[in-house]
Amino acid sequence: MLEFITQFPLVTAVLALLCMGAVFGAVLGFAAVKFKTEGNPIADQINEILPQTQCGQCGYPGCRPYSQAIADGEAINKCPPGGEATIAALADLLDMEAIPLDEEHGEEKVTTVAYIREDECIGCTKCIQACPVDAILGAAKQMHTVIIGECTGCDLCVEPCPVDCIDMIPQEETLQTWQWDLPDPNSRRVEIIATDAQGRAA
Amino acid sequence: MRKIYDFHGGIHPPENKHQSVGEPIEAAGIPQQLIIPLSQHIGAPAASVVTVGERVLKGQQIAEAKGFVSVPQHAPTSGVISAIENRVIAHPSGFSAPCIVIDTDGLDQWIDHSGQPDFESVEPSELIKLIRSAGIAGMGGAGFPTAVKLTVKAATKIETLILNGTECEPYITADDVLMRERAEQIIRGATILRHILSPGETVIGVEDNKPEAIAALRAAAEGTGVDIVSFPTKYPSGGEKQLIEILTDKQVPSGGLPSDIGVVCQNIGTAVAIANAVDKGEPLISRITTVTGDAVDKPRNFDVLLGTPMAFLLDKAAYQAGKNNRLIMGGPMMGFSTPRVDVPIVKTTNCILAPTESELPTPPPAQACIRCGMCADACPASLLPQQLFWFSQGKEHEKLEEHKLFDCIECGACSWVCPSHIPLVQYYRSAKADILKARSDNEKSEQSRARFEAREERLVQLAAEREAKRAARKKAAEERAKKAAAGDGEDPIQAAIERAKAKKAAQESS
Repeated sequence: MLEFITQFPLVTAVLALLCMGAVFGAVLGFAAVKFKTEGNPIADQINEILPQTQCGQCGYPGCRPYSQAIADGEAINKCPPGGEATIAALADLLDMEAIPLDEEHGEEKVTTVAYIREDECIGCTKCIQACPVDAILGAAKQMHTVIIGECTGCDLCVEPCPVDCIDMIPQEETLQTWQWDLPDPNSRRVEIIATDAQGRAA
Repeated sequence: MRKIYDFHGGIHPPENKHQSVGEPIEAAGIPQQLIIPLSQHIGAPAASVVTVGERVLKGQQIAEAKGFVSVPQHAPTSGVISAIENRVIAHPSGFSAPCIVIDTDGLDQWIDHSGQPDFESVEPSELIKLIRSAGIAGMGGAGFPTAVKLTVKAATKIETLILNGTECEPYITADDVLMRERAEQIIRGATILRHILSPGETVIGVEDNKPEAIAALRAAAEGTGVDIVSFPTKYPSGGEKQLIEILTDKQVPSGGLPSDIGVVCQNIGTAVAIANAVDKGEPLISRITTVTGDAVDKPRNFDVLLGTPMAFLLDKAAYQAGKNNRLIMGGPMMGFSTPRVDVPIVKTTNCILAPTESELPTPPPAQACIRCGMCADACPASLLPQQLFWFSQGKEHEKLEEHKLFDCIECGACSWVCPSHIPLVQYYRSAKADILKARSDNEKSEQSRARFEAREERLVQLAAEREAKRAARKKAAEERAKKAAAGDGEDPIQAAIERAKAKKAAQESS
């Protein structure tokens, strides 16, 4: 053995490398089969960021398919309900430049909820079938109504309604949702007084 | 002599307390109309239990608590419910909220009430119930339901009960005069709280700029074992966490509660309300409110019924609207401007400040941050206000949370020292609200995702079921056909033809 090595160092080296290559290749091949990840993990992360309105304005049937598409290279600016905030978060996650919202797919609007004018409803169940999050309650020939807390404001129920009795109502700001605005650096109007340090201004 | 400690930062703004302490507490009287907001506390708003046109007596419950973190509301005087509607309330948004409006009759007729004067024989849990039904919420400013604060976990041992008589914010003297004039009631409240919590020690903390109050409390506390501790004046030593650090040298952990380190802190106004509720059965229907500032000719403290319109109090204090640039509810550090004078006084209104322009000038426009670091020196929560300012501007929520934005008590010390007049606290308030909104949006989208996925799954399952049924039917039909082809029994088609033929033959023969 030792003799062979000393006599043919070149052949030995090549053989050793070949053996190592075979061993590592086998290990890697085994790992690839054994620890195969189901689906694309980045798509899950993208899906977490998307607003889950399931509205389809991006051109995909729901948030999950769109997140899959983004993972496969689709543009990140096709989600109007998420708006700038979602684009910024996606850009951050994917280490891309944040781009403005693609107007083709709609504008960023205030959040709305669907409201069914109940005395006009004929009970056709078309909206119930259209609702992606099961937020409409009702049965055939019975009045339907929207569970406001579950409605994502996706607009998908408006189109199928044969009697046009569904309104999308913008959600008004209430005492609970009101918040201080970020101060405008150029404004003199400061609502909070924490500080009008006495005499300092003069 | 008890050892006292110091907390990081703090400032010494002009106190401006002397203006309003010259006169004793004056009863404000009964205005024609009282407006009682259903939500005067942190937590769920109370729900009205009266109807329009109903006559109510003083102390009658007019709205009941909804949920655990909530308190009921009571009629502050006798009268008739004239409306239950949205009215503008004292809130920086200027929004309106549901209120019960009482047209008073001037009779001030009490409902039958009685307390538990020998409280020592009563179970603490009973007393907590009594405090809850008396509608008591923390009167220092935040308005957290007192009963909830007293319901500490069974395993927690309360070592120190602190009554907060610090009142560190400039201009406000409501607690000061309360301590001077009603020290006995405060001590009474302290002993009741002591019975409920059985703490190791009971301490009342007062800043040393209120010598009269300290003397009055010491006289009243003689022989009760309640310790009156005074410490150097510094803003914001009245902050709960700061006061705890001054008195016990312990810091409340970030995101934690004082009870986590064995401390419960109550405002002295709350102690008086507790004494009244337990001794006499009187619910919380009035409070002491300071009306001060150069635009009122008679600055003083009023004992005012809850729901009294601010305008009524301002009249009593001889308010000069012409001299005033804005009305502030609360003090100059943590208060907010109210756009209207008809908003009602609520359980947390400790001060109405009507300054002149020269007294509290409109702040000049903010300049660029020069990174002097004075804000970090002043911050009583040991935060980095300058970093928080950058992150708020950039809406970097993760960084803000890493830098413990939520430990900011919004005291305004950083903005007060800022040489560039940057309204720092406003940035933090906005950023906090943004983060909370993002959290709730996230929760909602998580819920929508779960519902969407459940629906998809259901649809797939339904389709599979339909497919399975169809397959079963097809299989059955095939089986029948196969049977027939095999001559097993008669062929149904052949049989039908036979039957038709037979029928036809029968018809022809008849």
